[in-house]
Amino acid sequence: MNTLNTTVTSEADMPDENVVPVQDEKPAETVIEEGKTVGRPFADDAKFKLRNVEVFYGEDRAIKNISLDIARNEVIAFIGPSGCGKSTFLRCLNRMNDSIDICRVKGSLQLDEQDIYDPKRDVVELRARVGMVFQKPNPFPKSIYDNVAYGPRIHGLANRKSDLDDIVENSLRKAGLWDEVKDRLDATATGMSGGQQQRLCIARAIAVSPEVVLMDEPCSALDPIATAKVEELIAELSESYTIVIVTHSMQQAARVSHRTAYFHLGHLVEVNETNKVFTSPEHQLTESYITGRFG
Amino acid sequence: MTDQRSQAEIVRQSLKQRYRKERRFRAYGIAAIAVALAALVILFADIIGKGYAGFMKTTLTLDVQLDGEMMYLDDASDERQLKMADFVEPLVQALIKEVPSATESDRDAVRDLINPYASVTLRDALKANPEWLNTTRTMTFLAHTDVDVYVKHAGDEAYSIKLSEQQQAWVDQLQEQGVVETSFNDVFFENGDSRDPSKAGILGAVVGSLLTMFVTLILSFPIGVAAAIYLEEFAPQNKLTDFIEVNINNLAAVPSIIFGLLGLAVFINLFGMPRSVPVVGGLVLTLMTLPTIIISSRAAIKSVPPSIREAAEGIGASKMQVVLHHVLPLAMPGMLTGSIIGMAQALGETAPLLLIGMVAFIVDVPDGFFDSATVLPVQVFLWAGSPELAFIERASAAIMVLLTFLISMNALAIWMRKRLERRW
Repeated sequence: MNTLNTTVTSEADMPDENVVPVQDEKPAETVIEEGKTVGRPFADDAKFKLRNVEVFYGEDRAIKNISLDIARNEVIAFIGPSGCGKSTFLRCLNRMNDSIDICRVKGSLQLDEQDIYDPKRDVVELRARVGMVFQKPNPFPKSIYDNVAYGPRIHGLANRKSDLDDIVENSLRKAGLWDEVKDRLDATATGMSGGQQQRLCIARAIAVSPEVVLMDEPCSALDPIATAKVEELIAELSESYTIVIVTHSMQQAARVSHRTAYFHLGHLVEVNETNKVFTSPEHQLTESYITGRFG
Repeated sequence: MTDQRSQAEIVRQSLKQRYRKERRFRAYGIAAIAVALAALVILFADIIGKGYAGFMKTTLTLDVQLDGEMMYLDDASDERQLKMADFVEPLVQALIKEVPSATESDRDAVRDLINPYASVTLRDALKANPEWLNTTRTMTFLAHTDVDVYVKHAGDEAYSIKLSEQQQAWVDQLQEQGVVETSFNDVFFENGDSRDPSKAGILGAVVGSLLTMFVTLILSFPIGVAAAIYLEEFAPQNKLTDFIEVNINNLAAVPSIIFGLLGLAVFINLFGMPRSVPVVGGLVLTLMTLPTIIISSRAAIKSVPPSIREAAEGIGASKMQVVLHHVLPLAMPGMLTGSIIGMAQALGETAPLLLIGMVAFIVDVPDGFFDSATVLPVQVFLWAGSPELAFIERASAAIMVLLTFLISMNALAIWMRKRLERRW
């Protein structure tokens, strides 16, 4: 197992906007041991069992030997500086990286004890179980109703119009959007506000009743009020879904997640209970990041 | 302080220069547009100036005495008698009556004012109404092309007037009497080509063009769109795909006459398809249009934002569903626009069609895909090369019709793009 030295300077990286940067302290020189994660990366009731995961973009190793369990019905937040591989890792969980030709994934990734990257595995079925919400709201340029109904339609979840209507209503209710849009379900989705669009995307993702919802910086394009609504929604959804959320806002991670995982340059440095990560981080790099020495 | 002031001074001076540069650049732009507009105005003025006369015909309105004895006809319902009968004489007699100064000895000069096809018109009228025999009817006939040219272009040095001075005097007199009149040239839109300019029309060429375009459209649009979707969405990234891509781009730049030669060699010589027919024309134009449609369709597919694809994939749509439900509807306006522009290009194409024989002199309006035909631009080419000046104005008129088609196709493309474009 090789080790690498990483020098992190506070001038090189922009500090996170939510944290007051501390500039007069000397940058910390820190050692990351590959494949070693401090804290509590494993769980008893694992929904996802990920062992020795490596992701390559061509020659470039973007994810370096990460092992992690994601428990059933937990909200886990991935944090870390830009380019640390947290989005790449998230996208492995429902094979969204498949469409990138040069991307290769190694290691063992299991969802409910079944291999995600098994060549025989149907990616369509996987994605029906592991839904995804993206950074930028991306509703289809169709009506609000059709956006939510699209998933159930292609998976044949509703045989009758009334069943479909129920699914649409339930999903929009869960996403906290029903009261705002119930009178204009035929209106085009792209005419909604950014926050509404993102909640519509969440409604669209949960309309196919997934077991896991992956969220890739779902609030980065939203204003604070819309962000608050989405966070509230995540808290409610956590009762019935496993949620993995990538975020740049540490407050958000602190507010919504049960566990927090800190990524650094493709390594998974630390995983622990969220309040533990933010109050008493075990790793030097985690501490530097959450205190805003770099962002 | 002084430092700062001088710096401001320098900035101000450089500003002046910058603004001058900007103004100069704008002036170049305006000049370029002015040149382009002037060229366009000259083109249109020339075509319209020459061609408007092509939309006018010169007619003779005569009281024709349908005297059975004079025509050697006693039963107008008898086909054989109709074939033998003399339909020129009643016309000549009717015209002589209108020109008092003409005597029986001027008979030939008077006859030359009447269009050679006027007797056919009279025969057809009588065939349709046999009871008209031995009555007097007021009917309108085409005037001779020489009369047509004289009426429209007397005094124009570009045109040689073939009428004698005596005939010119008669025509002037007949015009005053209202016998010789000019009116809208419906013959031009109702007939095929003819050796006689007054009788020549574009209907044959228009129908030929429509048939050819139909073949081109139903072949090139589906093939082009399917090829674009495959290359953009499903083709693996390898040497072969790159090779195909490069070649499609090259094909778009191949001179169209090469496609004509290919059509001649493959469709006509190898497959033994008939010459001069819309099917072969359509096949050749399909080959020519395909690269344009493929390239524009691929651009349209590329412009579909990846976020829409990801959204659909994230819900679990298969590749096929992503393409059919999302990519294709969003790319369709761009594909249609590209296809219409490709079709407009094909509609104006002449060179490849010359090689497959669509340049033949064809009088009949084609009534099928395997019937000999010509197309509008080739008809223009034929008429423009004719030594008879009366054909030149018809060529210009045909150009105007062709341009009308092209402009309306482009307008349709713009309208469709505006109409179908969805925003996200």
